[in-house]
Amino acid sequence: MRWQKPWLPWLYLAPALLIVAAYLVYPTVETIRLSFYDARGTTFVGWENYRWVFTARPMRIAFRNNLLWIVFFTSATVSLGLVLAVMADRVGYEKWFKSAVFLPMAISFAGAGVIWLFMYAYRPPQAPQIGLLNAILVDVFDARPIAWLTDRRINNFALIAVGVWIWTGFCLVILSAAYKGIPRELLEAARVDGATEWQIFWRIILPLMKPTLAVVTTTMIINVLKVFDIVYVMTNGNYDTEVIANRMYKEMFHFRNFGRASAIAVVLLLAILPVMLVNMGRFMEGGRE
Amino acid sequence: MVRRLSAARLLLHGVLISVALIWLTPTVGLLVSSFRPRDAVLSSGWWTVFAHFWDLRQFTLQNYVEILTAQGMARAFRNSLIITIPSTVIPIAVAALAAYAFAWMDFPGRRFLFGLLVGLMIVPLQMTLIPLLRVYNRLGLAGTFVGIWLAHTGYGLPFAIYLLRNFFAALPRDLFESAYLDGASQWTAFWRLALPLSTPALASLAIFQFLWVWNDLLVALIYLGGTEDVAPLTVKLTGLVNSLGQNWHLLTAAAFVTMALPLVVFLTLQRYFVRGILAGSIKG
Repeated sequence: MRWQKPWLPWLYLAPALLIVAAYLVYPTVETIRLSFYDARGTTFVGWENYRWVFTARPMRIAFRNNLLWIVFFTSATVSLGLVLAVMADRVGYEKWFKSAVFLPMAISFAGAGVIWLFMYAYRPPQAPQIGLLNAILVDVFDARPIAWLTDRRINNFALIAVGVWIWTGFCLVILSAAYKGIPRELLEAARVDGATEWQIFWRIILPLMKPTLAVVTTTMIINVLKVFDIVYVMTNGNYDTEVIANRMYKEMFHFRNFGRASAIAVVLLLAILPVMLVNMGRFMEGGRE
Repeated sequence: MVRRLSAARLLLHGVLISVALIWLTPTVGLLVSSFRPRDAVLSSGWWTVFAHFWDLRQFTLQNYVEILTAQGMARAFRNSLIITIPSTVIPIAVAALAAYAFAWMDFPGRRFLFGLLVGLMIVPLQMTLIPLLRVYNRLGLAGTFVGIWLAHTGYGLPFAIYLLRNFFAALPRDLFESAYLDGASQWTAFWRLALPLSTPALASLAIFQFLWVWNDLLVALIYLGGTEDVAPLTVKLTGLVNSLGQNWHLLTAAAFVTMALPLVVFLTLQRYFVRGILAGSIKG
């Protein structure tokens, strides 16, 4: 609309542009530069930091774990969210059910970490178990208690379970909204034609929900690539539970190696970039009504 | 219509109720334990209180008294408020101004700039930490509230501008035309029209940003460090995990203190809360 002096818009934009330039644009460029420099950011070292990122043992473990997170966390949250959305739609207490599952989203990851440290608490076999999971193992199944967070065969999955506990509600709420958008007549018509509930789920519901499922899935993958708090609070990456973001924090704060930490950040950005572009593309399409 | 309670429906109820219970149990366990005395917490599971739940002598407030005073959680709570309120208000105010310009003003490069800003949502926080910390150390902003307010403003802006611009742009054009004909200035149109009409969007955004900052650990760890005088609840709590070790009676109480305010927001403003979280899901 033209009822303005030409400089007026820039007055409105100035604070935002200044802050974004200082807090997002400048640091991003600078981090890319630093990733080619040594620990203190003074000597140019070429690709050395990237060579380290892709070969060092802690990084190999971190990549492996982030991959585990991507596969198990994403499939668990999305499929649980979907199945629960379809199931909850058929009962009268749906709202309450969704609130119960969504509740952990209100809690900080640090708080959730403490909640689950307590759930996973481990005592030697003779002592009374005060962690619920080991108490069930010992008192109900008469089995040996498990050191959930230090046993290397299981600890990554124990951490992933915490993530699933937090994020399933998020998937549930979004997928439930999409499910309610499917015209009921379509499902009724299929039922009249004699389709089983199972067929209806696979042949009608699933294909119609594909776009929403894609958004939820990519969102979960981005979450997982950046997962930090849960690991930092519960194991700090010890016992082979390291993840990329926690390793970056360690390189930055404990080892003061800004070159390596920057290279990790750049790799993280490159991993997120394609997923995020797909996600934003879909979102822009959806947001244009 | 009378529904027969068939085997299938029984299974449906069984699964849903079990899932709801499984999801609530960890939080209930934490809450119960935070009210039990030390010796009880260390010698028996929290679920044993349900054997004689109404025997109130098995509960105590002592844990809360100790963590709030001796362990400094009260100060951390105050710090969290000092950090979170400006970190919510400043980015929304700055974003609203910019979003208004993007929605209702003409200037060269409007589409390009907006695309660039929204594109910055892609940048993960991690890309910004090292250079900003170096600058902060030089300027003496590390470990200050001003420093973290500005950092959260920077991180929150792209998403806030994106959300508010789309909301402003969807307002009816006639409103702004007639305001112009009545001789209103841009400022009046922004302050008297755009903002009041966008209350739902502003509320969702405010709740999202408030929770994001309140629950943030990484940004606070980086820019505030471990300093007691400025550490928010999340940082304080992670510190206690290391220093208190197996003192579960205190850890559980401390964790509940960090969760209390978000839970109240969740239970009272659930609609905006869910909307804000969903809208924020695309934030990088």
